[in-house]
Amino acid sequence: MELLSRTAQATAEELSAIAGVLGERTEQSSPRLKRRGASRRTLLLPVLHALRDEVGYISEGAVQEISEQLEVARADIYGVASFYALLPTEPQPSTTVHVCVDMACRFTGGQRLVDDLRETTGDGGEGDIAIHESPCLGQCENAPAAYIERTGDSRFSLTGTTTKKILESLKSTDASSPDASDATNQPLRAYSIGEAQLLRRIGIPPKLASYGDFYALRAALENGPEWVLENLEASQLRGRGGAAFPTAIKWRGVAEARESVRYVVANADESEPGTFKDRLLLENDPFSLIEAMVIAGFVTGAQKGYIYVRDEYPLACARIEQACSEAVTAGLLGNQPAGGDFSFHIELRRGAGAYICGEETALFNSIEGYRGEPRSKPPFPTESGLFGKPTLVNNVETFANVPLILNPKKTGAEETVAQETGAEEFIQVGTEQSKGTRLFCVSGACEYPGTYEAPLGTPLSDLLEEAGATESARVLLGGAAGAFVSQDQHDVPLSFEDTSAASLTLGSGAVIVIDPKADMSDLLGRITDFFADESCGQCVPCRVGTVRQKESVARIRTNGSDPTELALLDDLDAVMTDASICGLGQTAASAIRSARHTKIFK
Amino acid sequence: MTATIKINGEECSVSEGTTLLSACREQGIDIPTICNAENLSPVNTCRVCVVEMEGSRTLVPSCSRQAAEGMVIATHSDRVRRSRRMVLELLASSVDLSRSEADLLGWIDEYEADSSRHSSGDNLDPPATVAQPVKLQDSLYVRDYSRCVLCYKCVQACGEEAQNTFAISVADRGFAATISTEFDTALPDSACVYCGNCIGVCPTGALIFTTEFELREAGEWNEEQQKVTRTVCPYCGVGCNLELRTQDETIVRVTSPSDHEVSHGHLCIKGRFGTGFVKTEPDTES
Repeated sequence: MELLSRTAQATAEELSAIAGVLGERTEQSSPRLKRRGASRRTLLLPVLHALRDEVGYISEGAVQEISEQLEVARADIYGVASFYALLPTEPQPSTTVHVCVDMACRFTGGQRLVDDLRETTGDGGEGDIAIHESPCLGQCENAPAAYIERTGDSRFSLTGTTTKKILESLKSTDASSPDASDATNQPLRAYSIGEAQLLRRIGIPPKLASYGDFYALRAALENGPEWVLENLEASQLRGRGGAAFPTAIKWRGVAEARESVRYVVANADESEPGTFKDRLLLENDPFSLIEAMVIAGFVTGAQKGYIYVRDEYPLACARIEQACSEAVTAGLLGNQPAGGDFSFHIELRRGAGAYICGEETALFNSIEGYRGEPRSKPPFPTESGLFGKPTLVNNVETFANVPLILNPKKTGAEETVAQETGAEEFIQVGTEQSKGTRLFCVSGACEYPGTYEAPLGTPLSDLLEEAGATESARVLLGGAAGAFVSQDQHDVPLSFEDTSAASLTLGSGAVIVIDPKADMSDLLGRITDFFADESCGQCVPCRVGTVRQKESVARIRTNGSDPTELALLDDLDAVMTDASICGLGQTAASAIRSARHTKIFK
Repeated sequence: MTATIKINGEECSVSEGTTLLSACREQGIDIPTICNAENLSPVNTCRVCVVEMEGSRTLVPSCSRQAAEGMVIATHSDRVRRSRRMVLELLASSVDLSRSEADLLGWIDEYEADSSRHSSGDNLDPPATVAQPVKLQDSLYVRDYSRCVLCYKCVQACGEEAQNTFAISVADRGFAATISTEFDTALPDSACVYCGNCIGVCPTGALIFTTEFELREAGEWNEEQQKVTRTVCPYCGVGCNLELRTQDETIVRVTSPSDHEVSHGHLCIKGRFGTGFVKTEPDTES
């Protein structure tokens, strides 16, 4: 289909932003729209980001220009841009302040901060500052948090923040260096119960010189792909993103796939409310992830890897970019990494404000330049994933475990290539079905919120004690998609099998501690709002069900519950859990269900 | 290759790769569908066709799940019926379904979907619906998205499954998601070529001919008095088949049979709308 004549023209500023991603325009006499699979479409999100960053929004003229250059229909581009919370299609004030109103930030006055900022700045208008309520920003250990976007300037996070702090930060002009996006200057708040493994480098500058060589990669090159797969199998490592799928099965599946083009993807779209562990790793130990991905490239035969980072993590983006370029310079990434007979390149991709893109197939669609809607499974990613090719997708923390398993010798100069398997050491820690350590994100009503590394199977009560939570505190385990823990479950061992037996979930590792005097009704209302806001809208059970759940909970909050209303909530739970396409809808009723079981909500 | 599967306790043999929906229909089992169409690939968004499959944590969409050896399926268990009832209830409570296909309205009764359960008390906002003004932007189509169930069929038919025009897409997300041109541009200013294939696949009357819309608004739409005549499009040599729906000797809607080997249910602007000549009297004076 030939494109119609131009309807709107891009401005010089827009053309410059577009050229920054797509290169100078080459004249085509008659651009044609491409079917699914068009190669350049994958540049759609990066070019929309460039427009947001440099111009402030995505205009009709810009859409026309992108449409001609990428050969993607205007309606499709608009459909993609309007899907994401951080890609506005209307002019914006020069500054946008996103204030977190979820979980820990809610308990520490996030909503008051929004109201106060709106009053002080006028929210739009002459103040030229827009104030947005934001879902969890992944900075819960230093609540309340804000994320600030400035057109033509930098984007950065602020934590432990106040109205005054936010307004002052907007006056300063030195926020453009990468590390200045960490305008927080907050402590890292990383702790461990037992010996730190995953967190052992937190606090050391994220430079290759302090990381040392890629010893695990060298061990892999020396011993071969099968050795890596056998080690992963022996380690019994299970995914740390939430679904706890055995990692080795994915790796082997892609390694043995029939098609030769394959991909490796790191899911760093950490967006589950109350979760911030991946951010800590990305910001402070980027080389563990990069080394693991290169190993994955070697083992699976993939030549290209993507790290998909949520856009609200500007410091993580900067540190990963920096680390990748250091690794390339050192010959550990790119062509023949560490002298191996293969090549592996990594590209960083920014999300654009969509919780659903943490779902792996939605993430693939997002990278490909489509709306972040989950795909129907099967086929599973190991068979047909990114660009329809066999794809290994793991969570950041899952990847970070791989070098540990392959090369247990840990400290700087003493590190040597492992001769024996590290898997044996790895399975010493943990329980029957949950091996190794796990990162728990403790936030909310406790003295020492932060990322805790603890052996899987550590009782929840131990973790709460370490974090200085009171015994009467309530706990929401696993984030908004998780469940409330009843008082008599506080000693539940934090393992996959024990939480599952107790109708709980470790999920993303979020441990949200709630003051027993907190307004639970408000929190439950917010959880139902969250799912309605973040539903992609593709399937009926989730698109309408999350809205009806929100309305039902609002009725109960106002008028009290009655059997009819509770029967309705049960039905909504059933259809969302049973008939939704993806995990978002399937877990959207979980917290409300558990609130009823634990009598928080009658 | 054939696969032996068990549907509602009965063993049956189906060719491997066939969908569970086809397998069930071959057995004479009725399964409701909304977003499924025989001339489009499954998008499995409506979830009304779900069935229970042994070993699966959740229900599975029968329209897209392919039969594989040893599958054990239940098509009308309590669990399945509950989800279907709720899907219908969620749609009926948020979308105007009054002009939907008869099948859909029949299932709402059959599954006892009660949309009134979602109404609110006096002191709260009424439940959310997709109600919005009708889009009347030209003389051929009427788009009434307060009747849209977001089945994605029109987007498919406009895009790579039929017309390759890509004039419309799903925009926004969640409950606010809607079918839209870029920036909600009026249809005549968009890439639309007025093939009407979106109308052809719409199951709820959200997209209809202006002729039909006007008769309905005037209360004169009368299906009992209508006749459907099958013929071949006179415009070119492709041979698309037409179904001309007439009322009072006037063509009020043109569709194409979805199982026809040439047109597969899709037409172009001429076949779809170029029927004005039928009632034009020849100019005998010249």
